[in-house]
Amino acid sequence: MRAALILRNKRRDRIFKVVALLSAILGLVFLATLVIDLLYDGLGRINWSFLTSFPSRRPERAGILSAIVGTLYIMGLTALFGFPLGVGAGIYLEEYSRRKNWLTRLIEINIANLAGVPSIIYGLLGLGVFVRALNLERSLISGALTLALLVLPIIIIASREALKAIPFTIREASYALGATKWQTIFYQVLPAALPGILTGVILALSRAIGETAPLITIGALTYIAFLPESIFDPFTVLPIQVFNWVSRPQQAFAVNAAAAIIVLLAITLILNSVAIYLRYRFQRRLKW
Amino acid sequence: MVKDLSFTISKLNAWYGDKRVLKDINIEIKTNSVTALIGPSGCGKSTFLRCLNRMNDLIASFRLEGSIMHEDMDIYSSGADPIEIRRRIGMVFQRPNPFPKSIYNNIAYGLRIFGVKDRSTLDSAVEESLKKAALWDEVKDNLNQNAQTLSGGQQQRLCIARAIAVNPEVILFDEPCSALDPVATAKIEDLITEIKEDYTVVIVTHNMQQAARVSEYTGFFMLGELVEFDDTQKIFTAPANELTEKYITGRFG
Repeated sequence: MRAALILRNKRRDRIFKVVALLSAILGLVFLATLVIDLLYDGLGRINWSFLTSFPSRRPERAGILSAIVGTLYIMGLTALFGFPLGVGAGIYLEEYSRRKNWLTRLIEINIANLAGVPSIIYGLLGLGVFVRALNLERSLISGALTLALLVLPIIIIASREALKAIPFTIREASYALGATKWQTIFYQVLPAALPGILTGVILALSRAIGETAPLITIGALTYIAFLPESIFDPFTVLPIQVFNWVSRPQQAFAVNAAAAIIVLLAITLILNSVAIYLRYRFQRRLKW
Repeated sequence: MVKDLSFTISKLNAWYGDKRVLKDINIEIKTNSVTALIGPSGCGKSTFLRCLNRMNDLIASFRLEGSIMHEDMDIYSSGADPIEIRRRIGMVFQRPNPFPKSIYNNIAYGLRIFGVKDRSTLDSAVEESLKKAALWDEVKDNLNQNAQTLSGGQQQRLCIARAIAVNPEVILFDEPCSALDPVATAKIEDLITEIKEDYTVVIVTHNMQQAARVSEYTGFFMLGELVEFDDTQKIFTAPANELTEKYITGRFG
């Protein structure tokens, strides 16, 4: 009786292990298929002139220069707006509002909800506020502000987690020397939390880099044959360029799209590797 | 002018939320002496210590009544500034807690936050503090090394050096040796006996031999009350209170 039960439990254990393994493999298989298919289609198309040409009606002359430059601009500006706002909010919530009051709760509920809002809604918000109300037009700055709002919840949550991981004893040590709260946060807590915060910011950016819907909503152009000269100029980004190319009938544009996706994936991978490296350094330093 | 009394504490009561943790404490602590506070876990001795430099302010539910005078300064008056208080009354904690920075920056931090920028002033303060904490010879060639790579005992001496560097009047020790081995403990004890020339020392300890070795005055706490306070020698040879005697002879606690 008992032996039979143990046997059954062991069998279930094995079955569960196999199911879990299959789920893990399945995800990887799909991803690998996608990547291999992309590389097969697009790798041959990537060359110097593809990277340094503007889009064109003729697929063999078309390139992604304006999309790459637009993407880099948008990333940089999004980080510029999102980093101080997100980290500031994280510091307030984690360090200054330890005593929970209605304001803190309201902010926390809102941040949790914002993280779940579909990105196209942010696009509509950006269109209404930045493009129309603030009259920033369909420019880099409108796009970056919109994406900064989109990734703000991620940055806030990551910052809070990183700050939470810093032990209280470090704060105590600083206060005991006569440091103010501001000095304690700025000179001790924040530097120790920085790698964790940066990891969160980079992961947030690698989400923003693939966003298409909000940028199309605010009216980012699909055909840009010049480079932006200021942050108030129109722009395009890689996902929009891809979207534009895959919606064309010619096979040659589909190849261009595959090539552009490879470039986009490469940029994302680089960002993620930096995040992983920072996390590794972070963990190594976390010996209190 | 050096005052005879460093702390005068009268009718001190303290609560965490609804729980009363200190009951009518009256005590006087002499300048340039070592005062030890002993008692079983949860007796309020650490809470009491943390009242002296207002570290309890960091705990939201903490509440206090009564008065603590440090020389002429009323520590809990509305005008008292916790920043100035902690500057004058330093603290060393139970577990060594160096900042995750270099040895040099650990010590320079306390001076930098008060606006000292001059490199040579910082250099000499770092050297002097490390010498006073008997750590200089071990680390003088590696001042840029991360402080967290030091051994536990070295880290605790670094924390003492860090407290000394801002030149306080009092140094509070909250069970400074409980995380250390006997050799490191002996070094810290020697250090405490040495620095009382310049500082008033109050030390909370679980280790009665330690209290007997380093202190001149001893207070015995139990259940939030100060049961007995007297010369260390008297407490350990002829305590007036039966509870004290039972505790120091190891019959409970």
